[in-house]
Amino acid sequence: MHLDPQEFVADMAGFLGWYYVVVAACNAGAVWYCIARRRFFWMLVWAAVTVGFAVAAYQAFDGRAIALDEAVKTQIDAFIGPVSFTVGTFVFLVVMYLGRSFFVLPAVAWAGLNAALLFMGVSMTDPEFAAVVTKPDNVPIVAMVFLLGIFTWWGTAQAVENDRRLAQGRPPLEKDYDQKVLVWPDVVYLELIGMIIATVVLLVWSLAIQAPLEEPANPVVTPNPSKAPWYFLGLQEMLVYFDASIAGVILPVLMIVGLMAVPYLDFNEKGDGYYTIKQRRFAYIVFQFGFLQLWILLILIGTFMRGPNWCFFGLYEFRDPHKIVAASNIKLSELFWSVGLGQSVPQVAAGAGFIVRTATIIWREIAGLTFLGVYFVALPVLLSRTLLRSFYRQMGVTRYTIMIFMLLMMLMLPIKMVLRWTLNVSYIVSLPEYFANF
Amino acid sequence: MAFGKKIIESIRSSQLWKSVFRHAPPLDRRNRILAVVSNFVLHIHPVSVKKHVIRPGFTWYMGAITFYLFLLETVTGVLLMFYYRPTLQWAYNDMLALRDVVSLGVLRELHRWGAHAMVISVWLHMYRVFLTGSYKKPREFNWVVGVLLLVMTLLLSFTGYLLPWDQLSMWAITVGSNMARAVPFVGYEGPGQQILSVGGIDMITGGSDSRFALLGARVVGEETLNRFYILHCVAIPLVCAFFIGLHFWRIRKDGGMSGPK
Ligand code: HEM
Repeated sequence: MHLDPQEFVADMAGFLGWYYVVVAACNAGAVWYCIARRRFFWMLVWAAVTVGFAVAAYQAFDGRAIALDEAVKTQIDAFIGPVSFTVGTFVFLVVMYLGRSFFVLPAVAWAGLNAALLFMGVSMTDPEFAAVVTKPDNVPIVAMVFLLGIFTWWGTAQAVENDRRLAQGRPPLEKDYDQKVLVWPDVVYLELIGMIIATVVLLVWSLAIQAPLEEPANPVVTPNPSKAPWYFLGLQEMLVYFDASIAGVILPVLMIVGLMAVPYLDFNEKGDGYYTIKQRRFAYIVFQFGFLQLWILLILIGTFMRGPNWCFFGLYEFRDPHKIVAASNIKLSELFWSVGLGQSVPQVAAGAGFIVRTATIIWREIAGLTFLGVYFVALPVLLSRTLLRSFYRQMGVTRYTIMIFMLLMMLMLPIKMVLRWTLNVSYIVSLPEYFANF
Repeated sequence: MAFGKKIIESIRSSQLWKSVFRHAPPLDRRNRILAVVSNFVLHIHPVSVKKHVIRPGFTWYMGAITFYLFLLETVTGVLLMFYYRPTLQWAYNDMLALRDVVSLGVLRELHRWGAHAMVISVWLHMYRVFLTGSYKKPREFNWVVGVLLLVMTLLLSFTGYLLPWDQLSMWAITVGSNMARAVPFVGYEGPGQQILSVGGIDMITGGSDSRFALLGARVVGEETLNRFYILHCVAIPLVCAFFIGLHFWRIRKDGGMSGPK
């Protein structure tokens, strides 16, 4: 689908026009909010933004929506790949975390939201971007990104406020609302209103976007790419780094078990029933890393960036079905024996007995096995005496072991990503004899 | 106005009304309490709650929204079942009919977008429960129940995805269910499956492994459609409804919603 960009912008005129109208209206709401609170400086700022988006709306209706230069798009696409995207997100999350008391300021957060909305609008003038984002089943994922941003802000803002209060020896803000209210009418009316709003939102959504229905199922025509439903795309994306038995079975099971184990592993009694970060830093960081970086981000990559042959595509890149990425993957054993030591990889001799066979395989995989041994056995022991000493003391052997195993398994994903990107290593231990690779 | 009041008054004092609602209008404290405790639907609520519980900033209302979406999916799902037959001959055609012929043509849309929304809202609910640390003692077990509900929400969505029987659905389920053949020991491409062989004959083959159990066949076909239909419309909703009941019951038994001590 190589559309003329100019023509496409004209096609999108109505949509983009209304989009900017809505964004402008939201900013008008911000102006009103600032007037009510007598914040005149910010009132002026958001008034200017409102005017800006109104002009953008006018231009869009006119078929001249703000668009990115082709050269800029090419540059953006050239820059983003799995590595820069993942590392970039990580840096972004770390910066957000460290600077949270700044980023949760309403004005800053609102500016960020505006920037994100502008980015969406500008990108929607690109046919490739628009094609992916407006696929009916992908629309909810776009919504989810914005919802996650908004709710993360909301939760963090309250946590920052509470941490400030707790530092002053005051109770968290939830405590300010300690009075009891009767369920009738306070709760039941909320529920009624909520149901009405939810129904209206769903009705509008349903009237606006038709449920997809493609060609009838045909077992002989395989779509390229074949994608799992979007909420499983994180798992499908993990297939790039792990075998199906790990990415599709073992890791999901560990995720479920690990989630269930959270209340039994988190022995910290503080931070129960109110937003806080400072009182539960460790749990907070682990959860956010697992949820935002390792689950949501992989879904986004799988949905928006993976195209034919599961190749990675930039945001605005043509989804070329003939794109091939030369894969020169190498097993750690090959790297160790051939590249590292300049020897041939030990082979199992034909007709070797069980013991010889097993010993040869172990010898062949010695580098990977050593790594895993250090990682899963020596490291936990070491940590229990140093960094995580207080954890170990308070949790006892069993709970500590379970927690550290879950953590290390979770960290295997980024480790395998880095190994792949830097050394092209596909498997740390590869036992094709047993259909087992790790 | 006076006339309207009179009508309402006569309805309220009728034997029929009084047999259903056994209390005076909920205008004073006593009758507001009665309105909750004497009502079957409302009595899952306590009589009163702390104010912070109903602040939008605390729960984001995501648990309630998830529950509402579950109800909405049940209703629209039942309506869809009137029009849908899970067979190779009819499944896709019934989708076409639902789009082009059936009145109230947004039924499928409501059900599909409701399902997507439910996946998102259940994640956001879990996210909030984590951020407020609400899984801590004594709510550990309700968190576990919650994780089961999360899994069931995803499975409901996944099994429903196949039913339209178009290219999108069939191949998405094929990709997803391919994982089932890599299950250790019992999937025929899983690690260690050779161990289960008797006298040199593999017990685990494409026709007897875990993927076969899921699909009812070697590939996604009519047997799969039937299996997923029953899982989607009967089995998982029933289990899910049970666990939702347990989840709500436990909120009450754990001392109501969490909050600062
Ligand atoms: C079908 C899915 C689910 C439904 C319908 C549901 C419904 C609800 C509702 C209505 C509440 C009351 C408070 C609120 O709205 O936040 C609640 C609380 C709770 N939910 Fe869920 N939930 C579901 C899934 C989950 C999941 C996935 C988890 C966690 C993994 C979870 C853990 C909890 C806990 C621990 C509470 C008590 C919170 C507190 O006391 O502050 N639930 N749930």
